[in-house]
Amino acid sequence: MPRNITARVMSDKSISLALNRIAREIIDKNNGIGEVVIIGIRTRGAILAERLKKLLDEICNAQVPFGIIDITLYRDDIQVKLDQPLVQKTEILFDIVDKVVVLVDDVLYTGRTVRAALDALIDFGRPRAIQLAILVDRGHRELPIRADFAGKEIQTSKSERVEVHLKEFDGKDEVILDRSGRGGV
Amino acid sequence: MSLKIRHLLGLEGVSADDIRLILDTAVSFKEVLARKIPKVPTLRGTTVVNLFYEPSTRTRLSFELAEKRLSADTVNFSTSGSSVVKGESLKDTVWNIEAMKIDIIVIRHSASGAPHYLATCCRSTVINAGDGSHEHPTQGLLDMFTMREKYGRLEGLKVVIVGDIKHSRVARSNIWGLLTMGAEVAVCGPPTLLPVEIEKFGVRVYDDLDEALRGADIVNILRLQKERQKAGLLPSLREYSHYYGITRARLDLLNDNFTIMHPGPMNRGIEISSEVAEGPYSVILPQVTNGVAVRMAVLYLLSGGKGKVDEE
Repeated sequence: MPRNITARVMSDKSISLALNRIAREIIDKNNGIGEVVIIGIRTRGAILAERLKKLLDEICNAQVPFGIIDITLYRDDIQVKLDQPLVQKTEILFDIVDKVVVLVDDVLYTGRTVRAALDALIDFGRPRAIQLAILVDRGHRELPIRADFAGKEIQTSKSERVEVHLKEFDGKDEVILDRSGRGGV
Repeated sequence: MSLKIRHLLGLEGVSADDIRLILDTAVSFKEVLARKIPKVPTLRGTTVVNLFYEPSTRTRLSFELAEKRLSADTVNFSTSGSSVVKGESLKDTVWNIEAMKIDIIVIRHSASGAPHYLATCCRSTVINAGDGSHEHPTQGLLDMFTMREKYGRLEGLKVVIVGDIKHSRVARSNIWGLLTMGAEVAVCGPPTLLPVEIEKFGVRVYDDLDEALRGADIVNILRLQKERQKAGLLPSLREYSHYYGITRARLDLLNDNFTIMHPGPMNRGIEISSEVAEGPYSVILPQVTNGVAVRMAVLYLLSGGKGKVDEE
């Protein structure tokens, strides 16, 4: 039976709804946003984090601190990857000690990126808690890590590829499931 | 994004893309150095040997700090108190060190070409920390990083290198790197301290300092080694200082927003006056800070890409 090679699993509208819901859930879980700071993982996690920050600012009429973390230097595959990822700057211009850090990424897959981000964050100080917000959870964890807030959970096989496109970086908002067998995030 | 080069032996022949990648990566490492915990786990499990056949404080410390900030294991080796004084050859020394499983060798040697020779006979990655009067590539890179940090570009900058060009590895690395990146380079010094046919590098040559300084953006002042006078290349240090020392009065010849650089250690009152060394236009201490970030970038970029697993 022929099958479409790619399928759109989220539209711009469903991404926007998901982010709105996550913003509400963050407020509920933390009884407001008093101690909350938002940190996104480069590249698309940072874009989503900035959108979440704006939503929280609007809903609560506040200024939630927002930062960007680059996890390249904390990866566990630096010395085995053929093509080295470009090291970019981490921009966390506030103190995270005793704060509730909401860490944001686009896709949760093996959990290795989040593991690296946790190590990196802890080098910046000791937050009271770290919570994880994810747009798409596609399963296949290799580490004991789970999301506190997830936009959408989808069933995938490892040979499939989940591509998150965001306006700021890719020109439009959508999530695509690619079944052509290339694998990866 | 990976470097084309596997060793950093010199800046001669290194592409603009590679230099740009190193400088861009160093910007991120400078941010790491500003953190409360200025250390990342990136090179855990990598062993670096600092092989210093010549005395050095700044460069050795800078490399060692860069290695430690990246969580590499480091071993230091200096010739005094080693088997080198018993007559062991460079190749045998390195083969023995390599037998203890190491990954990167940082070498300083008084013989020009020693790192190049090493790269042909060992498995490790070799980084040149200064070879004779040939090259000092990480100094060239940190000088370019410091210039780019201030001006936002290297292209079109007018750089004058002043002093003992003939014996200076800093001068050669600066010349090759800067020319690759599109800067205009001039050299200035007494004729006895200018290499024959230096103009073939593509630089302008001056023996009159005032003429060289006119309209320049950056002056990179080289250390004058006092031994040169004993070798008969200079009549006197006082005369050198009179003709080639950078003093406050001479700075008026430079462009607005000019910069003074010196790789250290300085001879105050000979090649540079104290007032100039400490002026607001001097970036001599930022050069030292940037050195650590640039060396971290070089170590990081040369350690990647061995290729066993390809995707997560």
